[in-house]
Amino acid sequence: MVTRSGAQKSTQKGDPEGAVFKPPTGRRHVWDRVFSVLLLAATFVGLVVLAILLADVSWDGVPRLSWNFITSFSSVIPENSGIYPALLGSLWLLLLTTIVSVPLGIGAAVYLEEYAADTWLTRLVEINISNLAGVPSIIYGLLGLGIFVNLLGPITGGQSLISGALTLSLLILPVIIIAGREALRSISDSVREGGMALGATKWEVIWGHLLPMALPGTLTGAILALSRAIGETAPLIVVGAATYITFAPDGPLSRYSALPIQIYYWISQPQPGFQAAAAAGIVVLMAVLVLSNSVAIYLRNRYQTRA
Amino acid sequence: MDRRSVNEEGLTLSEISRERPEAGPETIERGDVSSGQGDSALGMKIENLSAFYGSFKAVTDVNIDLRANKVTALIGPSGCGKSTFIRCLNRMHEVITGARAEGCVKLGEQDIYGKGVDPVRIRRRIGMVFQKPNPFSKSIYENVAWGARINGYKGDMDELVERSLRQAALWDEVKDRLKQSGMGLSGGQQQRLVIARTLAVEPEVILMDEPASALDPVSTQKIEDTMAELKKRYTVVIVTHNMQQAARISDYTGFFYIENMGDPGRLWEFDETSKMFSAPERKETEDYVTGRFG
Repeated sequence: MVTRSGAQKSTQKGDPEGAVFKPPTGRRHVWDRVFSVLLLAATFVGLVVLAILLADVSWDGVPRLSWNFITSFSSVIPENSGIYPALLGSLWLLLLTTIVSVPLGIGAAVYLEEYAADTWLTRLVEINISNLAGVPSIIYGLLGLGIFVNLLGPITGGQSLISGALTLSLLILPVIIIAGREALRSISDSVREGGMALGATKWEVIWGHLLPMALPGTLTGAILALSRAIGETAPLIVVGAATYITFAPDGPLSRYSALPIQIYYWISQPQPGFQAAAAAGIVVLMAVLVLSNSVAIYLRNRYQTRA
Repeated sequence: MDRRSVNEEGLTLSEISRERPEAGPETIERGDVSSGQGDSALGMKIENLSAFYGSFKAVTDVNIDLRANKVTALIGPSGCGKSTFIRCLNRMHEVITGARAEGCVKLGEQDIYGKGVDPVRIRRRIGMVFQKPNPFSKSIYENVAWGARINGYKGDMDELVERSLRQAALWDEVKDRLKQSGMGLSGGQQQRLVIARTLAVEPEVILMDEPASALDPVSTQKIEDTMAELKKRYTVVIVTHNMQQAARISDYTGFFYIENMGDPGRLWEFDETSKMFSAPERKETEDYVTGRFG
């Protein structure tokens, strides 16, 4: 063993004099502790900022919350404004978007992962799905305007709930597909082999084993994606969601508003009464998110233990 | 005790699968009167089988006779194509992208690689147990029942599950916890569960690719005892690295060998087990079974 000075140094077993190996006193342990503190701080920064935001919003918004607020329509008088049509609109959108995007997303993930051959075309599709997940949501709004509102206007009813839901579905579809593919990829091939060795068709293996095993991971991705969809404002404005509406939606072909849009409209009004209404609206939006997430997480946990 | 499961209409599982509305002509069953009746299983005759991964030839020109109701062991050093060969016997080899097999593999009288033969049908009749136990993440009951159910079994499922678990020597250990997950069993129990689910679909032939290599000696012993019972009803083919195991349990032994690196593996010698281990004809066989290499 040659030291820095060039002299030969031999070590005895266990290196009692610390001739070659530096014992972990001083600097090594200090760095260990420094990093654990830094990483903890990194976690806390995010959480603390979030907590402060939520506290501030709740402080302004909760006093304004009332049954009246939830069941009233928007009004020029701030004190009388309510969130009812926007709340219903968001719930409708959540329902319709889930119905459209989740089956399509899982179906595409199953096809790409289990059936598609490894050709240049498949790889091209893969790359583009990842790209699509990052496209700004307003672009999806413009796409939705062109296709669902204008081109398919006679079927969708133009600026209707279903147009908005289809637009949001396109927006979150790539995320659900990626989540589904990752979940399927994580299943070991030994499961597929075991199923096929019993004389099962590919679909029987997928339906009987792979989908139940992939569902928890896929649902997690879908939950995150749907939460994002509920908070989207720009694409919905482009496809015709109303900022001021005097009726609640009565079906998929109805015109509508949505919580983020209502909040946005109120915030841009000068009267302080509307600011308070906006804060209350944010609290309602948070509540919808937490509720829908909880339902979805409950469903996911149920499937996890069953499969 | 009924040896073959029979549903309400008196049809065995083999006959039900024949009636299953799958695409393709029923070439594999025509003339195959012995399947599903009585105790004797079918043997397999392999002629000039070669297996490829893309352009790489992994196994070349194997000619072997796997006799009905006997245990045939396939031994040989690592990388000689034993696993590739055995996976050709139930058409699992071609599931790998780019892999293919050429030659003739007969189950009874019919070539399973013949035109129009449905590999899905073959795989029910030629079962496989893999090296690493791979039970499904379902309950023990469902593990055994699933295969039978998708193949159209309409009879008493409870009875089928119990019978399969008994044949696999696992019933006594799990009879009180059939609803618990199969993944919670020990390695040896999981492997016997895999054997049970393979038996539940009533194959003719059972292929085993080093089934006990990942298990402890006690589990290995239990599985070897099971195999001795199984050959009364089925034809068993086992790939094993354990020569003592091959000598203990098999009736016939085939020795696979590669001469040079990169060559395809071939069947070097095949004979009755007693003869293979006491007086093999070829030098490489003798060197391998006496432990000079391997």
